[in-house]
Amino acid sequence: MSARFDRTFAKAAAERRPVLVTYIMGGDPDFDTSLSIMKALPSAGSDIIELGMPFSDPMADGPAIQLAGQRALAGGQTLEKTLELSRQFRKTDTDTPVVMMGYYNPIYIYGVDRFLENALAAGIDGLIVVDLPPEMDDELCLPALAKGISFIRLATPTTDGRRLPKVLENTSGFVYYVSMNGITGSALPEPALVGGAVARIKEHTSLPVCVGFGVKTAEHARAIGASADGVVVGTVIINQVASSLTEDGQATGATVPGVEALVRGLSAGVRAARLAAAE
Amino acid sequence: MNQTPLPNSFRSGPDEDGRFGIFGGRFVAETLMPLILELEAEWEKAKTDPAFKAELEHLNTHYTGRPSPLYFAERLTEELGGAKVYFKRDELNHTGSHKINNCLGQILLAKRMGKTRIIAETGAGQHGVATATVAARFGLPCVVYMGATDVERQSPNVFRMKLLGAEVRPVTAGHGTLKDAMNEALRDWVTNVDDTYYLIGTAAGPHPYPEMVRDFQSVIGRETREQMMAMEGRLPDMLVAAVGGGSNAIGLFHPFLDDASVKIVGVEAGGKGLDGEEHCASLTAGSPGVLHGNRTYLLQDKDGQIKEGHSISAGLDYPGIGPEHSWLKDAGRVEYVPIMDHEALEAFQLLTRVEGIIPALEPSHALAEVIKRAPTMDKDQIIVMNLCGRGDKDIFTVGKLLGLEL
Repeated sequence: MSARFDRTFAKAAAERRPVLVTYIMGGDPDFDTSLSIMKALPSAGSDIIELGMPFSDPMADGPAIQLAGQRALAGGQTLEKTLELSRQFRKTDTDTPVVMMGYYNPIYIYGVDRFLENALAAGIDGLIVVDLPPEMDDELCLPALAKGISFIRLATPTTDGRRLPKVLENTSGFVYYVSMNGITGSALPEPALVGGAVARIKEHTSLPVCVGFGVKTAEHARAIGASADGVVVGTVIINQVASSLTEDGQATGATVPGVEALVRGLSAGVRAARLAAAE
Repeated sequence: MNQTPLPNSFRSGPDEDGRFGIFGGRFVAETLMPLILELEAEWEKAKTDPAFKAELEHLNTHYTGRPSPLYFAERLTEELGGAKVYFKRDELNHTGSHKINNCLGQILLAKRMGKTRIIAETGAGQHGVATATVAARFGLPCVVYMGATDVERQSPNVFRMKLLGAEVRPVTAGHGTLKDAMNEALRDWVTNVDDTYYLIGTAAGPHPYPEMVRDFQSVIGRETREQMMAMEGRLPDMLVAAVGGGSNAIGLFHPFLDDASVKIVGVEAGGKGLDGEEHCASLTAGSPGVLHGNRTYLLQDKDGQIKEGHSISAGLDYPGIGPEHSWLKDAGRVEYVPIMDHEALEAFQLLTRVEGIIPALEPSHALAEVIKRAPTMDKDQIIVMNLCGRGDKDIFTVGKLLGLEL
């Protein structure tokens, strides 16, 4: 089911480094630019791509990702077009795992069965749906697993030892540890605390644990990557896209190269993580 | 999707997963899950605890001024020339609306849970004022999120909240109305999970809020039942209430849901008409979807993006509705109808002139429906309408619409 995830994590483990997971908003600021960004990510050092599905009411996201979603929606992005991004991407890349991330309502309205069929055909490996906790597994998680698409769950600092087994029960691919209580794009968490939390989760699962929320620089990526199997970076990439746009939100010649350069730097941080940890 | 089987009782929901048929549930981020499970556990204990009940009843009586009167609107009845019209006068409550019923209940719960900081969202500001009031009464700091558009059109309530010691945070994200305020309150809660209690103002959101808020508001219906039996010796023929999120309506309706002889009508904000985009009639013109922790009827486009909606009344300006109303609609127990801005405005003026009561724009919607229905009914029939808020806060809005300089 999660062959691409397994290969990706195994390769990174062989290289004695954590994976770099990069988040982009599908359709930000327009379909073509976001496809170019997506295609540029693997060679810049991204191991796994989280492809954001824009939603009008992203309750767990900070202002940067909310604005990115608004730009994408204003540019005519739909769930169908986000699936199309993956379809196009798969024409030239069959190795990099792609995870669609967002909120449930657009999927619910699209139709769960139709969505899963089309996601599978578009080469989607996993889903992260922020507002579907384990209590709601009948909605999408179990049907996705039945189709062979991983359902990646978020564990948070509020997920205590009693709850962790429930959160991990139907999780596959990897576990996404949200390193702080809060919204995306907040401040960096204390690396030592993150290390403890990752160790706690690993007592309950053999899945890789990737850590996100608050990672902004190569140095952050290195520090967090010392204890995690992967580092998730989102807001800083979204900010890089935003800063490259014209005043009325159009892409410029600097948009794609800017993201590429940023990801290359983050990737260097991640690759230095275990070396630094071993010192 | 409209396959809800008819239950033995309309009053037994929600089930243990917080569902009313397909509606309701717990669609929240993992960070919030432990919190709402903790809240549910505490609420289960509190609702059977005699001490909790006694404290709430004491506050309802001596702080809010309950029971609110059930008033026979003699002149309006004459004017309409049909059914007898009664008002449940929840606008006479302390703070001027039904919102205080829920706020007192929830702040007692927050206290039990050892929470030290209160947050809330507000649209018209009535819930914000009621929350700021109980926070002052119990000495807890309070932050109220309010859409920037609403801050502007409900400035008297903003000032009241500030006087009461609350911090009002205007929300500019999105279109700056109630739904954006709710997003922002949820973000605050996710960030401050340890000490913060989120005091939701309507019978919506993740389980257990819809059930809990309904139970706190059901005091309206229970009193109405007793008062009606005392005054008329029988149950009313019809109940009418405005629905935004739907808390005042479910509070009136719930104790009567199993009385088949009582016809029940919920009134939505039809705004400038259901043909365009400028309305908030999620039940009449929306479709089921998932937002703010529950599945319910929503105003949304074909891609599942939530629309903004419009109403003359900031309190009805919400693209969703409490999940129990969605279920009652599909089950056919309650009829939901839209009332346009201009009809509500006319009703507002009529009540003011004929009964000497200035209603809020929210119950003015319910009143406009009463004005349509009463003349078609017999003179021995009885309508009870929930007059859930007073109109002081709306005089500037109404003045502007009538072209008057205040």
